[in-house]
Amino acid sequence: MAEPMTFAQTVRDIVRRHGGLSTRLLQILREVQDHLTWLPSEALEQVAEELGLSPDKVRGVAKFYSFLYTDPRGSYDILFSDNITDRMLGNRELLHYLCERFGIGIGETRADGVVSVGTTSCTGMCDQGPAALVNGYTLTRLDRARLDRIVELVNGRIPLEQWPREFFEVTSNIRRADILLGRHFADGAAVRAVLRRGPEAMLDELVKSGLRGQGGAGYKSAAKWMACRNAPGEVKYVVCNADEGEPGTFKDRVLMQDFADLVFEGMTLCGRVIGARQGFVYLRGEYRYLLKALRETLQRRRETGLLGEAILGDPSFNFDIDIHLGAGAYVCGEESALIESLEGKHGVPRIRPPFPTTHGYLNRPTVVNNVETFAAAAKIAVEGGEWFASRGTAESKGTKLLSLSGDCERPGIYEYPFGVTVQRVLEDCGARDAQGIQMAGPAGHTVSAKQFGRRICFEDLATGGSFMVFDRSRDILDGIRNFTQFFVHESCGFCTPCRVGTSLMRDLVTKVHTGHGTRQDLEEMRKLGRIMQVACHCGLGQTAPNPVLDSLDEFPEAYERRLRSTAYEPAFDLNAALEEARQLTGRRDPGAYLNERDLLLGAMP
Amino acid sequence: MIEPRLKVATCSLAGCFGCHMSLLDLDERLFDLAERVELDRSPLTDIKELGECDIGLIEGGVCNAENVHVLMEFRARCKTLIAIGACALNGGIPAMRNQFALKDCLEESYLRGVGLVDPQIPNDPEIPLLLAQVHPVHEVVKIDYFLPGCPPSADTIWTFVNQLLSGQPVALSYTQIHYD
Repeated sequence: MAEPMTFAQTVRDIVRRHGGLSTRLLQILREVQDHLTWLPSEALEQVAEELGLSPDKVRGVAKFYSFLYTDPRGSYDILFSDNITDRMLGNRELLHYLCERFGIGIGETRADGVVSVGTTSCTGMCDQGPAALVNGYTLTRLDRARLDRIVELVNGRIPLEQWPREFFEVTSNIRRADILLGRHFADGAAVRAVLRRGPEAMLDELVKSGLRGQGGAGYKSAAKWMACRNAPGEVKYVVCNADEGEPGTFKDRVLMQDFADLVFEGMTLCGRVIGARQGFVYLRGEYRYLLKALRETLQRRRETGLLGEAILGDPSFNFDIDIHLGAGAYVCGEESALIESLEGKHGVPRIRPPFPTTHGYLNRPTVVNNVETFAAAAKIAVEGGEWFASRGTAESKGTKLLSLSGDCERPGIYEYPFGVTVQRVLEDCGARDAQGIQMAGPAGHTVSAKQFGRRICFEDLATGGSFMVFDRSRDILDGIRNFTQFFVHESCGFCTPCRVGTSLMRDLVTKVHTGHGTRQDLEEMRKLGRIMQVACHCGLGQTAPNPVLDSLDEFPEAYERRLRSTAYEPAFDLNAALEEARQLTGRRDPGAYLNERDLLLGAMP
Repeated sequence: MIEPRLKVATCSLAGCFGCHMSLLDLDERLFDLAERVELDRSPLTDIKELGECDIGLIEGGVCNAENVHVLMEFRARCKTLIAIGACALNGGIPAMRNQFALKDCLEESYLRGVGLVDPQIPNDPEIPLLLAQVHPVHEVVKIDYFLPGCPPSADTIWTFVNQLLSGQPVALSYTQIHYD
């Protein structure tokens, strides 16, 4: 900011490149931050002026997203992924080590402004952690040797482009492939198929396939597409939800890395079916490393006539795809919050109905589907609905990608027909001594060994794809406490039951975890959980108590062995709470202690 | 036949006595109340020692060692313990000091304040020692009922006390416990 003219010019250029559109606000702020390492007030005010928005609105957006900074950060901003699977792999020890090497505390920026180190929610590298982000780019397989090297690189001010490539290597680890990952077809095959069949016949195939939303909610895709197709309005949109924020899930990352064409093809044919000309991929900020390759893929598809104007020479077939990058907000995985974010606002879920199929992006009819759903739709276009429906169970057709992590020998991506048992998955991934799994992420279910016979499908255990294994050496409550902290961080703050409830739940679990809990507190957790399930505005808050409620039933001993036998215990050490005042006043008289025991202990040298 | 009167104790910890004022706002209803309850330790009676009670009403949060002792004694002696008012429930105004270190609070008051003579942090053993933070009462003892408000109105207190005394389930109307 030494040269205000240049600074102003930079902001102006960025806004102009985005067409001066307020829907691009989040993308604009990301780019401004890339230039300045953070978003000073002057920058936010200028962005507001250029876009004709109020400064407070722009500031509100900047403050909402974890990866946008309104305070100075280091030129090298390192964020450790802090999912429980990273913790199992020893990330806390590495985090403390790196902070020590840089001479800073967690979340702090070094005085010279060169480096800051902190934590962030799961970055989707659970099969190759401990992981971190440096200036938004993924670092995998961290160990002390790598951190030593990173300290040298940072202190030497070496640009990221010159860091060793292997630090940024992300492998796909596909361990089991079925119909989605296993059979490949030529680019354009699905788009050609839908052109040949026509949109109605394509919808028929989708109905026959029984395909359901693979993000976890399981809504019938054909019904969603049909509702959008039939919705009044000329302008419609296709949105691919690649905001894979559920801790422990990384299958969408693998699809976007290795099967992007398949996903884009599914979006394109959806555009044809519902009559949309524009599609968006909402890519989570943590997957920024994929952006360049994805844009190249889109460009290649345009050049080969699979995207853009007059696709495959048909002048009535126009469809293009744009990629929006998120900025670290789990709640944006909820489809209406995602749409708000796409529109450049802070991602707070809308009140539904109306649903996006009639009132989505810019209040136009919009289909929002998960990455895996679009990939499956492309396969169905080529192979037919019956082919897809031949796999799976009565209510859950086809296959499911599972992201395996935690205590197993072969973490990675496993594709199974719906209906596979938990036990089978555990055997295949080499989880020999599992005491439990966290299915579908923190918002899903905690499942103990006595339930390993259950089947993975919408009729039994539904999942978006996260599958974290805990062996018998683990303390389940470590994981539960990590999950409650996750929800505190990710609550958007819009509704009180969630904003306050997630904090209260975290505090109660912490109280028990640290040995201050009584049976009363367990009752309180159940009561609070029930309130959150019914009173929260969106799925985030409604599912946030799940891991606690489940584990109270599935792993009661994890709680009970920590309980005090008294009726009630304070969550904090009362005597310790008086120590500061004792020191300030220099008092050691009996009145300065709560009881004789504390007095005697306090009087000891 | 006259039913035995229930024993009720009240106290104000880190509060402003506003909740007790609201209790006195019951006005002539106090006569009805007096037929059904007998006051034990309370700012209204000057009884020093707390006896065995049926109901305890706690106003105010927990800011010092004396508050801790009083609160624990109430818990031990009262069958049913009720947190009454914003400070008891959330810490309220006194808890605004929680965002500062105790050291800064004391120094601001006793060392840097305007017009101080011989500034020093008071250390007389007669003065209750401050806790590092002000806590809502439920963080220190188990509380059976919470009555929100700053203060809860006399009507709210009357409805609540009546329901409690008659053994009915406590059910207050929206306007009696919401202030939006």
